Amino acid sequence: MTHPACCEAAPPGLSGDQQAALDDVIEKYRNRPGALISALHEAQEAVGYLPREVQVRVAEGLGVPPSEVFGVVTFYALFSTKPKGRFKISLCKGTACYVRGAPRVLERLERELGIEAGDTTGDGLFSLDVVRCLGACGLGPVITVNEDVHARLKPNRVRSLLEAYRRAGHEDRRGRG
Amino acid sequence: MSNISLTIDRQRVEVERGTTLLQAAEKLGIHIPTLCYLKDINEVGACRVCVVEVKGARVLQAACVTPAAEGMEVSTNSPRVLKARRHTLELILSDHPMECLTCIRNQNCELQSVAEAVGLREVRYQGKTTSYGEDTSTPSIVRNPAKCVLCRRCISVCQKVQGVSAIQAQERGFDTVVAPAFHLPLGEVACVLCGQCSLVCPTGAIHEVNQVDEVWAALADPARHVVVQTAPATRVSVGEEFGLPPGSIVTGKMVAALRRLGFDRVFDTDFTADLTIMEEGHELIRRVKEGGPLPLFTSCSPGWIKFIEHFYPGLLPHLSTCKSPQQMFGALAKTYYAEKAGIDPASIYVVSIMPCTAKKFEAARPEMSSSGYRDVDAVLTTRELGRMLREAGIDFNVLPEEDYDAPLGISTGAAAIFGATGGVMEAALRTAYEVITGRPLADINITPVRGLDGIKEASVPLNGLTLKAAVSHGLGNARKLMDLAVEGKADYHFIEIMCCPGGCIGGGGQPIPTDIGIRRRRLEAIYGVDERMALRKSHENPAVTALYQEFLGEPLGHRSHELLHTHYIARESVPRKEGAGK
Ligand code: SF4
Ligand code: SF4
Ligand code: SF4
Ligand code: FES
Repeated sequence: MTHPACCEAAPPGLSGDQQAALDDVIEKYRNRPGALISALHEAQEAVGYLPREVQVRVAEGLGVPPSEVFGVVTFYALFSTKPKGRFKISLCKGTACYVRGAPRVLERLERELGIEAGDTTGDGLFSLDVVRCLGACGLGPVITVNEDVHARLKPNRVRSLLEAYRRAGHEDRRGRG
Repeated sequence: MSNISLTIDRQRVEVERGTTLLQAAEKLGIHIPTLCYLKDINEVGACRVCVVEVKGARVLQAACVTPAAEGMEVSTNSPRVLKARRHTLELILSDHPMECLTCIRNQNCELQSVAEAVGLREVRYQGKTTSYGEDTSTPSIVRNPAKCVLCRRCISVCQKVQGVSAIQAQERGFDTVVAPAFHLPLGEVACVLCGQCSLVCPTGAIHEVNQVDEVWAALADPARHVVVQTAPATRVSVGEEFGLPPGSIVTGKMVAALRRLGFDRVFDTDFTADLTIMEEGHELIRRVKEGGPLPLFTSCSPGWIKFIEHFYPGLLPHLSTCKSPQQMFGALAKTYYAEKAGIDPASIYVVSIMPCTAKKFEAARPEMSSSGYRDVDAVLTTRELGRMLREAGIDFNVLPEEDYDAPLGISTGAAAIFGATGGVMEAALRTAYEVITGRPLADINITPVRGLDGIKEASVPLNGLTLKAAVSHGLGNARKLMDLAVEGKADYHFIEIMCCPGGCIGGGGQPIPTDIGIRRRRLEAIYGVDERMALRKSHENPAVTALYQEFLGEPLGHRSHELLHTHYIARESVPRKEGAGK
């Protein structure tokens, strides 16, 4: 497996707004080690994910050893130590999707993107997660990419789908100069 | 106390309420195997090696955490129990590298013992093995997650006893690993390298850095003059490496053993422990006279030094500037002794035998080389010395008792008790009292600072001043004193802190096992060593007096300052950003 968080390049620093929101969270829970999970949750909402910098600040603010903060962050699936991609891909792991071939779609997604579920591509374009049933059982296998729903996805359509988003992403970037 | 009556393996037993099934069985002489259980420290019921069958209960119960109840009928050896234990162990071993023959814990491994105790003869599962590599980032401790059985003893000791929490269980499921924050190597986080984790690890997953081969190489080099020093605590523990009962005093045999290994001189850290009392005692007197900073903290325990550097850097001015006895010895071996013996200091190689893994780190600190040479070249823990003697085929138990070499082997009883919590304080008070008042102490046994209470206090009247002292051992206890000091409420002149529970006799480099009962017996032995000495006060050590006359001048003098004192640095607790700290 790859070891999350330790071997990545330094993430971009936090924006002013994110800093301020994080400060609020930490102030709210200062010196309350028992509130670790709530504090991490709100810190993640403020920043989008939990880079090391944020975990250390939560550790210091609440008075919890950093090793313990990291233990909690890596134990609960709801916490993420990586920023999500511009395109957040969520693959449904409900039974219906599973039976209709979700594992093969996942395998193809991982291969095409070069990452495992839970990761983000190096260019920051895609992140991939496996999520609880999306409730579109009749349409499986289902993935969502941000707000778009793609139903009855066949493994062999994965590449062209990703390609379309990749182009959109690049044009976007060029458009913004 | 209400008693409870139950039967275990058809035998009736009465126990106090709150007794676990494990303890109740022990009372009947029935030994239930355990792996994760560590009395008072790690009682988490994680490994399920200790399961027993309780009549009426649907599932097997973990004996280490199940309290005895009235009328219980317990079976510790039914076919169901024996099968379950074997099965559990097979699962634990399914991803374990079976490297016993080359493992540092070979023949002293609890996992081996448990496998034997449950009669395991095959492992039917071969699982995926971990991909977490060895962590060799520190000079003291090696982590090898491949051999970890996730018993969590190390986590509990580090957190509850030491108050450090350098390591925790990270990730989940198969990826679970005991590691520092952010999977950083131990050398990059606030680990104090005390080695308490290595003392309690049942396997070879956390162990000391093994320097035995380096020392063999030095001994084999004819160009080197190899001298050895032995820490106070080692003389009451190394016998355990050879099957002697804990608390055996083996000073003379240890000296004989070291000579047989080929050391050119066998000296004693006790000599520089006496010297430390002279230097630190005068430092205390000076600070009291000149207005501080007080309280003065002792500085001989390198795990404690690293702790205060990481966690209380604001209090560093309170630390005595005295190097530890180990480092003072090294500095003098390469100056005073070299001069006296007419030996080129460049050819002198200093080995120390220490109860401590943090001493390896201390010896490697770059500032510990004020003579122009590294003070101490190699540090062997008591365990490594045991190993080295076994490699040499030396039958420790039949050795004669021999004496240390002069002059760096001459010492007093005050130095011996440095190995026990409270010992430095007691030694300092013995000397301070007589130096300041000019009168001999009525009773030199200062018992309030002895024993295993977490924090001890004493006050001694000294010509109008009542000197107030505090002593703590185990960094969790030290934290309490430090928090007082931060608030300005540590109303003491002098505080002794030892990193390890019990002091050095309970150090992280001591023989395995080291538990509270064993600590007690080593403590008794240390005070026994003190009582048997002709001289029991540091200022009466004639070799120390000669050292001042011939070489150092006076305590806190120019040469002392240069060779025997040091400085400290503030350290961060964890690198804040990814990519930092490399
Ligand atoms: S840890 Fe114990 S069981 Fe594992 S290889 Fe070492 S000696 Fe053998
Ligand atoms: S050496 Fe001491 S501080 Fe470091 S992990 Fe082990 S117990 Fe904790
Ligand atoms: S490193 Fe040793 S003590 Fe720590 S959890 Fe693993 S086996 Fe247990
Ligand atoms: S020893 Fe009882 S569960 Fe591990």
